[in-house]
Amino acid sequence: MQPAGTEIASRTSAVINEFVGLEGPLLPILHGLQEEFGFVPDESLPVIAKALNISNAEVHGVVTFYHDYRRHPAGRHVLKVCQAEACQSMGSDAVAARIKQLLGIGFHETTKDGSVTLEPIYCLGLCACAPAAMLDGEVIGRLDDDKLEEIAAEVRL
Amino acid sequence: MGLIHEIDYGTPASTAEKMVTLTVDGFDVSVPEGTSIMRASMEAGIAIPKLCATDMVDAFGSCRLCLVEIEGRAGTPSSCTTPVAPGMVVHTQTGRLKQLRKGVMELYISDHPLDCLTCAANGDCELQDMAGAVGLRDVRYGYDGDNHVFPKSRNALSESTANARWMPKDESNPYFTYDPSKCIVCSRCVRACEEVQGTFALTIEGRGFESRVSPGMHQPFLESECVSCGACVQACPTATLTEKSVIEIGQPEHSKVTTCAYCGVGCSFKAEMRGDELVRMVPWKDGKANRGHSCVKGRFAYGYATHKERILNPMIRETIDQPWREVSWEEAYKHVANEFRRIQYQYGKGSIGGITSSRCTNEETYLIQKLVRAGFGNNNVDTCARVCHSPTGYGLGQAFGTSAGTQDFDSVEHSDVMVVIGANPSAAHPVFASRMKKRIRKGAKLIVLDPRVTETVDSVHAKADYHLPLKPGTNVAVVTSMAHVIVTEGLFNEQFIRERCEWDEFQDYAEFVSEARNSPEEVEKLSGVPAELIRGAARLYATGGNGAIYYGLGVTEHSQGSTTVMAIANLAMLTGNIGRKGVGVNPLRGQNNVQGSCDMGSFPHELPGYRHISGDATREIYESLWGVKLDNEPGLRIPNMLDAAVEGTFKGIYIQGEDILQSDPDTKHVSAGLAAMECVVVQDLFLNETANYAHVFLPGSTFLEKDGTFTNAERRINRVRKVMSPKNGYADWEITQNLAQTMGLDWNYTHPSEIMDEIAKTTPSFANVSYDYLEKMGSVQWPCNDKAPEGTPIMHMDGFVRGKGKFIRTEYVATDEKTGPRFPLLLTTGRILSQYNVGAQTRRTANVMWHDEDRLEIHPHDAEQRGIRDGDWVKLASRAGETTLRALITDRVAPGVIYTTFHHPDTQANVITTDYSDWATNCPEYKVTAVQVSPSNGPSEWQREYDELSKRSRRIEGHLEAAE
Repeated sequence: MQPAGTEIASRTSAVINEFVGLEGPLLPILHGLQEEFGFVPDESLPVIAKALNISNAEVHGVVTFYHDYRRHPAGRHVLKVCQAEACQSMGSDAVAARIKQLLGIGFHETTKDGSVTLEPIYCLGLCACAPAAMLDGEVIGRLDDDKLEEIAAEVRL
Repeated sequence: MGLIHEIDYGTPASTAEKMVTLTVDGFDVSVPEGTSIMRASMEAGIAIPKLCATDMVDAFGSCRLCLVEIEGRAGTPSSCTTPVAPGMVVHTQTGRLKQLRKGVMELYISDHPLDCLTCAANGDCELQDMAGAVGLRDVRYGYDGDNHVFPKSRNALSESTANARWMPKDESNPYFTYDPSKCIVCSRCVRACEEVQGTFALTIEGRGFESRVSPGMHQPFLESECVSCGACVQACPTATLTEKSVIEIGQPEHSKVTTCAYCGVGCSFKAEMRGDELVRMVPWKDGKANRGHSCVKGRFAYGYATHKERILNPMIRETIDQPWREVSWEEAYKHVANEFRRIQYQYGKGSIGGITSSRCTNEETYLIQKLVRAGFGNNNVDTCARVCHSPTGYGLGQAFGTSAGTQDFDSVEHSDVMVVIGANPSAAHPVFASRMKKRIRKGAKLIVLDPRVTETVDSVHAKADYHLPLKPGTNVAVVTSMAHVIVTEGLFNEQFIRERCEWDEFQDYAEFVSEARNSPEEVEKLSGVPAELIRGAARLYATGGNGAIYYGLGVTEHSQGSTTVMAIANLAMLTGNIGRKGVGVNPLRGQNNVQGSCDMGSFPHELPGYRHISGDATREIYESLWGVKLDNEPGLRIPNMLDAAVEGTFKGIYIQGEDILQSDPDTKHVSAGLAAMECVVVQDLFLNETANYAHVFLPGSTFLEKDGTFTNAERRINRVRKVMSPKNGYADWEITQNLAQTMGLDWNYTHPSEIMDEIAKTTPSFANVSYDYLEKMGSVQWPCNDKAPEGTPIMHMDGFVRGKGKFIRTEYVATDEKTGPRFPLLLTTGRILSQYNVGAQTRRTANVMWHDEDRLEIHPHDAEQRGIRDGDWVKLASRAGETTLRALITDRVAPGVIYTTFHHPDTQANVITTDYSDWATNCPEYKVTAVQVSPSNGPSEWQREYDELSKRSRRIEGHLEAAE
């Protein structure tokens, strides 16, 4: 049987159609889905497999390999705090501890009100301004307590 | 005897011709260019430690155990991924390597349970072997840290908290288990599924320490895309993937190579035994048909051999409404002999006959036809090939001069374009399908002619480039139309035709196909295939390089089956695609020995080796050997026997291992014919449907219980070897011989090899075949005689067997089976992967977990019109009869076409099929029946009556319950 003609399936198909012509279209499609849904829905995987004539297992293998592909909806904001070497040397451990405390959640968690998801990231290419973070795609350098409080307040709005 | 040990060279063989010489640990070794150091070293007899490498899949280089040092090169490269170079000096064991390997093994073992003594793989575990090989004595890391081994944390501080990384065993597959706690993530299973089987059902999910083998999308095996071919189990170096039979029984201690008794691929297996108990069937790497691969049937579905419903004692009854009475073998033979002689005395010599089985060995079918010709004194012998590939015999015989496929299976590795017509290898010939797909993944093109979107049309990574979804019954029109394109666009191979075929006949044929009515545009109107697809497919086949045609029963089981076979032969001759590797015309034979049963003279008009019964010289050979006079008139075919029975002139039949009631068309006619006979003798493993009408039942033996040979679709004569004694007491050839002796024939074979000697002595194409020769060669493809002492992998190399290839006009004549207002839909039938034919064997195994009933596939549009929902019971009616089954709504079938399988007797799909048949050979038209489908609440009247009859006729005196 064809995957059921649900809303997710049809939106998935639309994203697939956008990228299917590219060489090696799987990663762009997955990025597109994450853009579309905020995460990669399980239901989309067999639709992609069918469209690309690959197996469900292969799509699953690729999706699970990359941490960046989200399997569940994230909070309204996503805060990624760099934990790579340069940031570590500039105190990112303390930054992480502080922001966890401010938000009341750990890494890979979302606040109960769904306002923000906190994640570690390994290098934003912003080592010169370490410790660094990224909020909803915007990078923020030279984090300190003030900036962290500002961020915590902003995402709670 | 002992266990057959196959050397694992670690990486696949290189096919290069240039040889390279290197030194491994001081020994010179020469190997083909492109060989890995690992393989070269193994050829020199030096086994480099390894875990992720095995010669069924390409090198991967992940386990880091096979490291070597090469003089003049830095570092310690992995020997599996490093190709040999001339003059290379390799050291496989140095102080540095020892340290590295020990370190690697320590890491592996730090995340692996140490329960070797109670582990199912004990004695057959490569991890265990490698721990021994590297001298592992100690694991420094302990088990307190993160691991996948224990369900609960072992850390003293967090005692008894659940270990989130641990996963329970997956026992969903009926034949093997997946125990993630024993997995070393070597990816051998994933690669075997991809490279060997081509299903891509497994993957590694996650990354780093999180990496796990995942069937499908983290699903249980049974719910994933897995087709249970067993390649992953074979590839697994640990107990992670293990046959349940090994878990239950233990490791085997001896084995024999034998041949699978399911489809016409004829895979070679090692039957691995403990005592007389079969532990497992493992595909044999040296098997030339399967090259070490298998499918769910041959690998796992052998449990029927010991099924409780198997009948082990001969039985007799006077009339078919009586219960069966168990008797001694002597009484059974006497009864049959007396009855057959009485019937012949009363109704004439021609009033009895026999049917040979395509499931039995060559030797056994040979004996049946010998019994009929020499003992019954007539030629009333036929075989189930009548209802499957008889048009192949006729059509290819006319065009090329032999009734068999032209290639060996290895040929597919040289094909550039494959045309699959009316066949679904992915389901019916799965091991060959895997070999095809492997070639397609390397760039070969695929054209499929099939009314349905079969698994072959849309397999992952091997999608058909052209799918021509033709209306059932229009094969001749479409294939002829492809020839139209090739001729009118000048794509034919003139040089080949001039050299190898009759030029005059070609000109006549060219004139015929060039007519406008054969153009794709005209044919589109009746076949429903867009003209552009026909043109594209024809151009691709004619110009794409080596073109090979594979076809199945979707070609033959039509009123114009023989014509389509000739049309296919024409296509191959037109394009010069015959007589070398990678090309040819290849019927995919349905049953394990259908080729052999035809070769052995099972047809009423032919003696062994396809020699007509009217030929005095041929008859003379047998007459002098057997000491009898043979009838020079062809006898009755199966449908004629049944017609004659209904008319009252045919009264007795000896049926060896064939269930004609379930497998032959127009069930009601078959049952009427059988019911009209006075002595029906059925020799089978089970009380099959035909046995409901039998008076004598002779219990047969399985392929595991006898010696013999099967001949597969590539004409390969493979040995069948006895691995256990017959549970019924006798091999089938012994039963036939005993019956013949009781009838007064002087037969004294003491071993099947003597029967083969007689076949070789009397049949030119088998002249050099003997058991000793087969032992030496492994297998041979006929013709095997002084002209071709090593057999004939590819036929018609230098010229056609008949001399010049014959082009024959292939006029399309629509079948008389037409849709109309009463029966507006076309029914076509087929098979499914997990079940085999009438299901007598596979229904008695755990394969029913994949397919426990026949379903009717119907397009959503047709279903909606009739108010049918998925899973509803529906009535399926044709002018021949009606049955009921549950609907499966799918767009794999086109609107107007419906499809079902015929594996289950309660469905009786052949109640529906009609008595139309091939004009030349009487092969029934199973593939086209005009039908109507309507909602229903339950079984039809026929199904209820038949069910009642089955129950009644399976009663055995002294047994409380019916046998099925």
